[in-house]
Amino acid sequence: MTETTTESGDILRVEHISKNYGAVTALTDINLRLAKGEVLGLIGDNGAGKSTLLKILCGFQPQSSGRILLEGQEVRFKSVDHARSLGIDAVYQDLALVPQLSVFQNMFLNREKVNWLLLNSRAMRKESQEHLEEIGVRIPDISAPVAQLSGGQRQAIAVARSVFSNPKILLLDEPLAAMGVKEGSLILDLIMQLKEQGNVSIIIIAHNYGQVLEVCDRVNLIQDGKITFDKRSAETSADELTEMVVAEYRKALQERRRAAS
Amino acid sequence: MRTAARVFLRQREATVFVVAVALFIYFAVSSSSFVTATNLPILFTQDSAPYIIIALGEVFLLICGEIDLSVGFTYALAPFLMYFLNTYDHVPGLLAILIALLLGVVVGWINGFLTVTVGLPSFITTLGTGFVLLGIVNTTSHGQPVSVPPGMAGYVHVFGGNWAPFIWAVALTIIMHIVLTRTKWGLHTVSVGGNLLGAREAGINVNRIKYGNFMITGLFGALVGLQNAFVTNSIDPTAGGYLPMFYAVTAAVIGGTAMLGGTGTVIGAFLGAIVIGMLTDGFIILGVSANPLDIIFGAAVLIAMIANVQLARLRERGAR
Repeated sequence: MTETTTESGDILRVEHISKNYGAVTALTDINLRLAKGEVLGLIGDNGAGKSTLLKILCGFQPQSSGRILLEGQEVRFKSVDHARSLGIDAVYQDLALVPQLSVFQNMFLNREKVNWLLLNSRAMRKESQEHLEEIGVRIPDISAPVAQLSGGQRQAIAVARSVFSNPKILLLDEPLAAMGVKEGSLILDLIMQLKEQGNVSIIIIAHNYGQVLEVCDRVNLIQDGKITFDKRSAETSADELTEMVVAEYRKALQERRRAAS
Repeated sequence: MRTAARVFLRQREATVFVVAVALFIYFAVSSSSFVTATNLPILFTQDSAPYIIIALGEVFLLICGEIDLSVGFTYALAPFLMYFLNTYDHVPGLLAILIALLLGVVVGWINGFLTVTVGLPSFITTLGTGFVLLGIVNTTSHGQPVSVPPGMAGYVHVFGGNWAPFIWAVALTIIMHIVLTRTKWGLHTVSVGGNLLGAREAGINVNRIKYGNFMITGLFGALVGLQNAFVTNSIDPTAGGYLPMFYAVTAAVIGGTAMLGGTGTVIGAFLGAIVIGMLTDGFIILGVSANPLDIIFGAAVLIAMIANVQLARLRERGAR
């Protein structure tokens, strides 16, 4: 559905990004582009650098080198808040929910509605309720602490929260990991819905290649901190993706054996 | 009626409230000199107010996953600083008081710096700063107590009057309760203690929250030190120390604040401090000698804690 192979349509470009933690290199040289309204799947083995890249793109941590272009303009994110103000929001693998706080307090975490200095809980409760109903997430009591919810419900709230802020770019780190079938399809439906509206561009990190191909327009594979594979979903298959990851794994295993012997 | 009871029991402060009322009735019935115009100010102003005010700070620190062991030494140093400024440097009384309060904020900032920026556990940080403060108190005072400067006697009514410290304590409790439950600061304090990484990912300035809560605690420690000076008309190097801090932390914990962070209540700490005050004051009135008093005190704290844990379990079951 997206005809945006032209570079001018790219909402996000990542050029030669690397990330070191001291002597450890997490990302060596990432080049990536995301077209407006596109859903990009990011796959790769554990430790390949997917989450590291995501945390750079949402302003959680800075890259060591390389640059990020947002709608053609180079940007350097100072913080999560800064990235969010530029229209980038993320759902982290750990969901970033506070178990002791209620559902609606989590929905508005760090973007609370305030009257003078006091929280406007009534407005936050009402808006959370409306928003959750709108996207079809059913939570029995939005004033109950998140600790009382199931893993899937928590994930749904984390995703709903990010959608709520109406971002231009949405980054999802394994949004389906803790989901039951029903809840999983709810998130998939939600992503499809957002895609049809076409206002938001999405990067999804996922392990289920079937689901990735179902919702994504394009798939990128990260290996050893580099993008080594970039194909449109229509041109590849779950088998091919699996084969790519497994082949990489075999190669790494052989190298390790060779190094050991 | 039954729903009212259930709503009540679901409140974290319920246990300590029941304990406080029960103790009050027990002492009132056991001794005719408990509820008197002489004893009540002693109970609330001297035996409760200091722990209430320090506990308010500790609650915020405990919720965000930290603790301040040094606050009792800020308590000791602040009135000396006031005294030195007023007596030797002829700083006007009010300014001397404000500077002494500012000292608490500065100590809080240093605790925050060492804990948050340098990365020491706050248990160690504040153990160290506590010793340093104690050393400064003993060095500058030569270990000798002094009186409140005569020129500052006018402030007795504000800080040391019969009920003044308790009125301070009630007012600050109300303010801190609102801060904890109705402001971003309170919500973010809970977030930092409940899910540190998550709070960071949500963009909350975690360091600011921790620095701030150390500074609040330091400020309250200094305030209580000044109050104590005016109440007793004496500035004593042995005032403060670990005991008020431990009483305050105990008050916070029997009030329902978790040592592991993420949950806590200001009202509970207020009631917890009054329970401690009643135990101290009540047993003295009953004529229990000072030596076995600590046995009773310790047992009472344990019983209050056990009741708390059990009731929390009931609450959890009730919630499902």
